[in-house]
Amino acid sequence: MNILVAVKRVVDYNIKVRIKPDGSDVDIDGVKMGINPFDENALEEALRLKEEGIATEVIAVSVGTSASQDVLRHSLAMGADRAILIESNADLQPLAVAKLLKSIVTREQPSLIILGKQAIDDDAGQTGQMLAALLDYPQGTFASALEIEGNEILVTREVDGGTETLTLALPAVITADLRLNEPRFVKLPNLMMARKKPIETINAAEFGVNLDARLKLIQVAEPAVRKAGIKVGSVEELINKLRTHNGILEGV
Amino acid sequence: MKILILAEHDGLQLSPSVRQAVTAAQFWNSPVHVLVAGHNADAVIQQAASIHGVERVIHANAAHLAHPLAEDIANLIVSISEGYEVILAAHSSFSKNALPRVAALLDVAMISDVLEIKAENTYVRSIYAGNVLTTIQSTDAVQLLTVHGSNFAAASLGANNEISSTVIASTEIVGSEIVSTETPAAFKKASWKSEVRSQSDRPALGSAKIVISGGRSLGSAESFEEVLSPLASKLGAALGATRAAVDAGFAPNDIQVGQTGVVVAPELYIAVGVSGAIQHTYGMKDSKIVVAINQDPDAPIFQVADYGLVADLFDVIPALTAAIR
Repeated sequence: MNILVAVKRVVDYNIKVRIKPDGSDVDIDGVKMGINPFDENALEEALRLKEEGIATEVIAVSVGTSASQDVLRHSLAMGADRAILIESNADLQPLAVAKLLKSIVTREQPSLIILGKQAIDDDAGQTGQMLAALLDYPQGTFASALEIEGNEILVTREVDGGTETLTLALPAVITADLRLNEPRFVKLPNLMMARKKPIETINAAEFGVNLDARLKLIQVAEPAVRKAGIKVGSVEELINKLRTHNGILEGV
Repeated sequence: MKILILAEHDGLQLSPSVRQAVTAAQFWNSPVHVLVAGHNADAVIQQAASIHGVERVIHANAAHLAHPLAEDIANLIVSISEGYEVILAAHSSFSKNALPRVAALLDVAMISDVLEIKAENTYVRSIYAGNVLTTIQSTDAVQLLTVHGSNFAAASLGANNEISSTVIASTEIVGSEIVSTETPAAFKKASWKSEVRSQSDRPALGSAKIVISGGRSLGSAESFEEVLSPLASKLGAALGATRAAVDAGFAPNDIQVGQTGVVVAPELYIAVGVSGAIQHTYGMKDSKIVVAINQDPDAPIFQVADYGLVADLFDVIPALTAAIR
């Protein structure tokens, strides 16, 4: 079976992004970029399924500008067999990305599609579910464990209040949570080799799907910053301070 | 125009966040309907009908909705979506699983975790782990969104809600009607198998007045429990954890506070051995009072704490526990 993994290029998770002075958008010029952490978990899981002999081919797909080649190179270096870039310079929102991914799924016919549960830039967490709906596939979101049994997949999901396990018929869409696995480090020789591997590039317009942005950005702003308070010297001082706030330590 | 709210419940209790969603829905000044999908969830129907501001409760009753799948919820919503210009739910693992599916089926965008409704199609939400607030305008005919529960006050309940156990009594007072709807056939390609619910006598993390969160410096699952539990019991507090503590196996996943976990806004938040990564502070920065206890004076958590104590948590927490009567 083949596994398709979607990877997104995002601002590195350690970076605190700035906004442009006119508040029109975030300013990510020259900022360090990398693969979305959850997508790295998605890819790692696909690679493990291949190493266990369950999967035969792992295809990494990214949607975005030509700059997204770097996360595809990273994916190839981690061990993906092939990489596809669906190229577009437009502001692509989750629904448009899901439609493009659907087109590539239709072409590649993978048995399993794994995505990260959310991208750490827009924090939307929608693309996987949207893709599953467009394909009429079952979905297993926020996955922390996967097990393939014949034509089915058992998915353990992290939900509010615990976990739940679903059985899905393949083909299915999975979105990865951080605890699904610990992604491997990319070794330098692998990175060098990945540079020589081809990346298939397809212009997004070729798929003929509606990519219009449905959400118009009006402005961005910095949230109100919480002010740092004071340092206290002892437990007693801390308790005395807390008692000055009505009701906080009421009844204790 | 009409507004549809997807209600979350466990078959017996309506989630308190539904009342926050009802408040958010009042923005459009239009009839608000609440969809309760479940199996024999009669008690939940009554609770939903007793919320002020709810005109109609739509009841979908089917065996396969006992543990509802996103696929079935989405198909159900789409089947009744005609005439609704706004479809919303409180943001949770339940709604964020199902609603993007609805969005795709209706071919509209979804707006996740709305902090503020500015105009009937304009919203504020956060991006980049809460470091940026973005104002966006939807151009779709149907507005589909989840709202950040704690940013909206809970809608009040009908006067008789607490004592009444009959549908008639509680619904007449606030005037919501209960309507049954047909449920589309069950989605065949997925099935619910099992669940593991975290057992705890402590208050729910999302609605607790006091939250105590532990970081990786607690060292082990045993010491996480031994150090923090007595204090939590004394204060009647919920326990939370950082991602590092959860990843290390010190605490279960469902108590992770932060960008990818639970977002809390209690009266008092006590961060114990928490460094204060932006992904974590996203989940607690709306707390009223923040106390941070950390050995590292330069830990970023002190920048968002009202009261910081630079000390060894293994000394401070037992002392604090003992000092509180």
